[in-house]
Amino acid sequence: MESHVSTQGHAHPTASLYFKVGLVLFVLTALEVGLYEITYGEHTGALGPTIKPFFVPLLLLLSAAKFALVGMFYMHLKQDSKLFSGVFVFPLIIAAFIIVALMVLHAYTFAFARSG
Amino acid sequence: MTAHAHAAHLETSTGLDNRKVAIWTFIGSECMFFATLISNYLVNKGRSLVGPFPHEPWTSPTGQHFEPIFEIPLVTLGTALLLFSSLFVVLALSGAQRGDRKALIGWLAATIACGLFFVGMQVYEFTHFVHEGLGFTTNLFGSSFYTLTGFHGTHVTIGVLWLATVWKDALRGKLPPHKSLNLEMAALYWHFVDVVWIIIFPVVYLIK
Repeated sequence: MESHVSTQGHAHPTASLYFKVGLVLFVLTALEVGLYEITYGEHTGALGPTIKPFFVPLLLLLSAAKFALVGMFYMHLKQDSKLFSGVFVFPLIIAAFIIVALMVLHAYTFAFARSG
Repeated sequence: MTAHAHAAHLETSTGLDNRKVAIWTFIGSECMFFATLISNYLVNKGRSLVGPFPHEPWTSPTGQHFEPIFEIPLVTLGTALLLFSSLFVVLALSGAQRGDRKALIGWLAATIACGLFFVGMQVYEFTHFVHEGLGFTTNLFGSSFYTLTGFHGTHVTIGVLWLATVWKDALRGKLPPHKSLNLEMAALYWHFVDVVWIIIFPVVYLIK
């Protein structure tokens, strides 16, 4: 892979790789909106009910892929020091845990309040 | 020792530039900040007692009818431009590191333009929602939606201002290759703002 050297002395990807990643990001976003359109939007067809149960996991998967691509290639985590990856990924894991924990806690509290 | 060589062999305990460690630490703390806002949106999702609602029409007890409030095509355009702006800023950084001033100035201007469009899109969206009857205190959806997307929009605005100051330096010839870290830090912040939107867009706008 062709590359150039940054101020930190490590190699960064070239413009062609940046464009390829940009294209993949665009396609993934189009897929997200396309999935929404055929499941809930104005273009709901025969596929809609089939996709519905997988809609949320698919969207989360596509988002995770986009997140990883930006992190690895545009934020240079793939080439940069592993310390930066650690400083970013560790809080990210805690952040994901916070989101899941609060959702479970509130779902439980809400269900408990309803049941009296 | 030249400035470039000095930058490549930093005398720090990690061997890394302290400013870059600082911006990554800041980004790590921002993950927590947005986690709380996204959690707040998700735990209150679908619990509004009165409309307007994001995806469903609603008729008030007084007979006033409200259409679903989201405009997916407009937000999709804003999302695409924010993604493109991440591409543009890495191309600007690449130009800065190679000493290609023309590429640096051009791609950075394109990044700022995309950021401004996104902020403009959000201002239009908020104004439109208020006119449609969704204020900050109208319902749980309004409060959590405006808090989450408003804070993100504020981050985008700060990012645009930061990039504009770097652009001004580039225009004045004050951003030679050995100072490209000044742009790299702003670019890292900008990418973070982008990845947060990568999560917000499906969670808020697409998932019903």
